[in-house]
Amino acid sequence: MSEHESTYVPKTGVEKWLDSRLPIIRFGADYMSLPTPKNLNYWWTFGGILALCLVTQIITGIVLAMHYTPNTAMAFASVERIMRDVNGGWLIRYVHANGASMFFIAVYVHMLRGLYYGSYKAPREMIWILGCVIFFLMIATAFLGYVLPWGQMSYWGAEVITNLIGAIPVVGEPVLIWLRGGPAIDNATLNRFFSLHYLLPFVIFGVVVLHLWALHTSGQNNPVGILIPKERAAKDMVPFHPYFTVKDGFAVILFLILFSLFVFFMPNALGHADNYIPANPLQTPAHIVPEWYMLPFYAILRAIPDKFGGVMAMFGAIGVLFILPWLDTSKVRSMRYRPTMRTFFIIFVVVCLGLGWCGGQLPDAPVIGSFKTFNLVDGDLNSFLWLTRFLTAYYFAFFLIIMPLVGLKETPLPVPLSISEPVLTGSDAMTAAAPAQAEKKG
Amino acid sequence: METGSAKGSHRRDGSAPRGRRLRDFRGETLAESVVNENGSGDDATRRDFIHIAAGAAAVGAGAVIAWPLINQMNPAADTLALASIEFDTSKVQEGQQVVITWQGKPVFVRNRTAAEIARAKADDHANDLKEPQTDAERTKAGHEPTLVVIGSCTHLGCIPTFGTGDFGGWFCPCHGSHYDVAGRIRKGPAPKNLVVPDYEFTAGATIKIG
Repeated sequence: MSEHESTYVPKTGVEKWLDSRLPIIRFGADYMSLPTPKNLNYWWTFGGILALCLVTQIITGIVLAMHYTPNTAMAFASVERIMRDVNGGWLIRYVHANGASMFFIAVYVHMLRGLYYGSYKAPREMIWILGCVIFFLMIATAFLGYVLPWGQMSYWGAEVITNLIGAIPVVGEPVLIWLRGGPAIDNATLNRFFSLHYLLPFVIFGVVVLHLWALHTSGQNNPVGILIPKERAAKDMVPFHPYFTVKDGFAVILFLILFSLFVFFMPNALGHADNYIPANPLQTPAHIVPEWYMLPFYAILRAIPDKFGGVMAMFGAIGVLFILPWLDTSKVRSMRYRPTMRTFFIIFVVVCLGLGWCGGQLPDAPVIGSFKTFNLVDGDLNSFLWLTRFLTAYYFAFFLIIMPLVGLKETPLPVPLSISEPVLTGSDAMTAAAPAQAEKKG
Repeated sequence: METGSAKGSHRRDGSAPRGRRLRDFRGETLAESVVNENGSGDDATRRDFIHIAAGAAAVGAGAVIAWPLINQMNPAADTLALASIEFDTSKVQEGQQVVITWQGKPVFVRNRTAAEIARAKADDHANDLKEPQTDAERTKAGHEPTLVVIGSCTHLGCIPTFGTGDFGGWFCPCHGSHYDVAGRIRKGPAPKNLVVPDYEFTAGATIKIG
């Protein structure tokens, strides 16, 4: 916001009085008139969609907390009561439960957009890192929330995930007992999970404010990926309102249609039927699976034959995102001008979807047909175990090997000097501009 | 600049030197300040000490305040009170397994057949044992048929089922760990054998766990 001159002029006496004491209207007005690159496409609307998701989850969550009882003897029944007896309770709960899935759909699109257009690169590293923090908090919040209905998947999901901490050498066991508040998952665990599930969304809200502050400091990236020179700002930028409030608003409506399809026509499609069975500490469900949005990480956990190694790989899969700005050696931001990297990126998206698929399958089950090939070390080659391992290898190689090397070796396409240029000449590939030259202008 | 004696008088009564900022003192060499102070130390050092002392006190106070907030999450007294239970193993018939609850966790009490015991003993020194233990180390002398283990997979805590898996013992459906008839880990991601809890035979066939 540093380069953005305030254009707000208080009109009424009340506004003038307030502006000299608490310039909150000025803050809002400046926020809405923020110069925004005019070429932002629909992939950029997911930021607004995510803000809507967070607010939806907080509001429905506060309402649910008015009817929910965080006690092992009553939690399951209180959720059923919300579904059957509380006025409109079924709607609130289905919006909250499906809202979590919608939140993750939007955040994954948002992250892949950032990855494709190089939005994590200088000077936007802090935006990206804060985004990773939000993503991690989202996973923690979603996990804590999934435990609250106290169904079979709630209980055993909590059992498996808290046990991950027990894998840490030496301190693992005491920390595990501290976290659970006893030798096993029990009432103490449920109570604290409820407390933390209520707290974390507000922490997320706080980090979102920092995320936006960083965004408004370094300015938005755009599909061309170049920094917009100051002298071109008047030509290449438009005010956020009304241009992008309208664009975001339209995307929000489309997103809400998808959201409504789930809430009203298939509210349990993304959940697991076993969570409608009350928690039983003496019986493990035949097939424990986390919610769909955690399946890729769950697959990575299972790919490693060593317990601590698996836990490290799973957290590493998220941790590697934090150092992404320094792993990418390319001077060009947008993959629009990096054909080699674009191919690797498309494979990466397929690999992530593949990991999600593997995470929902039994590790020993065959992938193709029902035949056995040959035993490789500790499993048949035609098994989800080995498919998961290959996909996990690509996941890490993409960040740790492909990103640094391709950035050094590739020849990017010529990058336009301004975001208007490809539109005016009708071509992305500009003959005049040498690769990465435009970068130096910023 | 004030005179040396003026500075000295300010410092002796402990008040800040008037008309002179902190950065004015920074230029002095140690030798000068010692001369100025007549050997009683200088302001910068004294302020550093106050900063460090105040900072250390704040950190200490923070830790004292944080500890009860952290410690409240440890098991409460009533949770810890449920530490031990008794169970009469004579109720378990040969080849049968009974699951009891101890500290919120399932405990398998298994009355093993002679064939199972023989199989467990035969595998006492198998190469694929991740945590080598003999069958005798996992049971009580004179009570070979009775195997008592915590029924929680040492990988991520699922409950293994008996009779499936490659070694005639337990198999964990969650991530595919195979345990043998003595509850020893043989294959899969689990790092350790099924845990044998602290227990003893008190009277006849009755055991006390915990």
